[in-house]
Amino acid sequence: MTNTAVNGEKTEPGIKAIRLRHPWRNTFAVVLLLIVALFVADAAMRPAYDWPAVGKYLFDQRISQAAFVTLQLTVYSMIIAIILGVTLAIMRLSPNPVVNSIAWVYLWVFRGTPVYVQLVFWGLIGTIYQSIDIGLPFTEPWVSFPTRVALSAFVLAIVGLALNEAAYMAEIVRAGLLSVDSGQEEAATALGMSWFQTMVRVIVPQSMRVIIPPAGNEVISMLKTTSLVTAIPFTLELYTRSRDIAAVTFDTVPMLIVASIWYLFFTSILMVGQYFLEKRFARGIGDRRPDKKADDATASVAGAMTGVIPVVGSGQPTVVLPPTDPRADSSKGER
Amino acid sequence: MPDTPMVVADRVSKSFGSNEVLKSISLEVKRGEVMCLVGPSGSGKSTFLRCINHLEVVSSGRLSVDGELIGYREANHRLYEMRPKEAARQRRDIGMVFQRFNLFPHMTALQNVMEAPIRVKGLSKAGVEANARVLLARVGLAERADYYPAHLSGGQQQRVAIARALAMEPKLMLFDEPTSALDPELVGEVLDVMQGLARDGMTMIVVTHEMGFAREVADSLVFMDGGVVVESGVPTEVLANPQHHRTQAFLSKVL
Repeated sequence: MTNTAVNGEKTEPGIKAIRLRHPWRNTFAVVLLLIVALFVADAAMRPAYDWPAVGKYLFDQRISQAAFVTLQLTVYSMIIAIILGVTLAIMRLSPNPVVNSIAWVYLWVFRGTPVYVQLVFWGLIGTIYQSIDIGLPFTEPWVSFPTRVALSAFVLAIVGLALNEAAYMAEIVRAGLLSVDSGQEEAATALGMSWFQTMVRVIVPQSMRVIIPPAGNEVISMLKTTSLVTAIPFTLELYTRSRDIAAVTFDTVPMLIVASIWYLFFTSILMVGQYFLEKRFARGIGDRRPDKKADDATASVAGAMTGVIPVVGSGQPTVVLPPTDPRADSSKGER
Repeated sequence: MPDTPMVVADRVSKSFGSNEVLKSISLEVKRGEVMCLVGPSGSGKSTFLRCINHLEVVSSGRLSVDGELIGYREANHRLYEMRPKEAARQRRDIGMVFQRFNLFPHMTALQNVMEAPIRVKGLSKAGVEANARVLLARVGLAERADYYPAHLSGGQQQRVAIARALAMEPKLMLFDEPTSALDPELVGEVLDVMQGLARDGMTMIVVTHEMGFAREVADSLVFMDGGVVVESGVPTEVLANPQHHRTQAFLSKVL
């Protein structure tokens, strides 16, 4: 083929350069590995860590139950926080000044005070409001029951965590909604879609890409914030439970390690979940083309026949060398 | 009522604060007519187009499409602002194509075209999909149905956007500078699709800088400047022999 002769060795000699070397990277990595190895070896021998105790308590039923309670607290309060947060974000973007102000005041209060203080308040709610009455003001209530019975410490813990978290979620969701180009809402509106349809089908799915990374952060943060519900006081979650055991057995350090291992385990699972969620909502953004493989297949066939084909999809026609030439093959691989 | 005009604008004005963008625009677009709106940027042509499907609210005057007042209900000689639901119902019959395409990036070309008929009209998925594939074939993109917008060229995206608007079976199509964001070599494919639409009898209002398109396809040409209609008429005559000095000045720059 004449094309091969033209495109081949004479006109386009391949570059055979020695790659830039980075000797200090390797040196630094080796030094770092040595330091870590020394630390691990030392930690393994050090009696204060008491590894046998760690192994003994790691799967202790009290601990695994407490870990489950921590997970429950995280999941329930995050679900409420996300629903409330989305609502607040939409309220903040509403043209209605009343609705807008309500959301603003909520954020001001719940973001402006420490979560620990809020949790102490929720713990005291049974003292402040001794009974919950349902009825008209200044008349005999229809139903009345004592607060302490209606709201357990577990419920209060979830409420306290969720209401605080909702304020943060609201700002994350708002940032996500604002990140979507205004032309999207216009296009949906022009098609006759209602505001709600526009939100659910067009705006929210696109904002998810911006919302998920910080929201994942919040879930992980929430997992650890659950250790503060001891302020309620609620004592059945992972951290407080392991502290309580340590207080009896004097195994303080091993118990902290046990709790940390459980927290790390849950966090790792959450990070995997976040990865898949991000992938799901990156549709249409990344470099995924449905028939990419098919394109490549045709490219090599056509290339073998003619030597030159335009590549579909890129702005300018690109020349691909036939795969018969070994150097041409490598250039195609890097494309 | 086949003789009533499709669009009637009667002394339409629009202000943003103290800035009066449209000043008493009056014009008519007949059924099946293709009208090109031309003029320098900032002359109010896009704003006027957006008023027609109520994306912008008219400040004064009357604007009606197919004999129906846009954005308001009239009863007892008083105007009542429409609820969003009613305005959305009016927009169903008016297709719009944007300068920046505004395709939904998280949906494939096919899903973009199917979205509104399913969600807004509540039609069954199978029928909508068949129709969407026909529309994509009509704009020459049958093979690109499963591509996401990011993997289509600008011209292809705009053609998908036209198919998306057509899927709602509109009686009027609005084009807001449909080729202004395109590379020069991609303009032709979009104009070809629009010319095909015009041939099929679609009523169209096109804001454009493509004078060649205006000359060949449009039935009427309206030149706007400073929020008023300066000159209008048959495109060949206006382009060849502009009467007003502002039209002359503008055309001398773009032709």
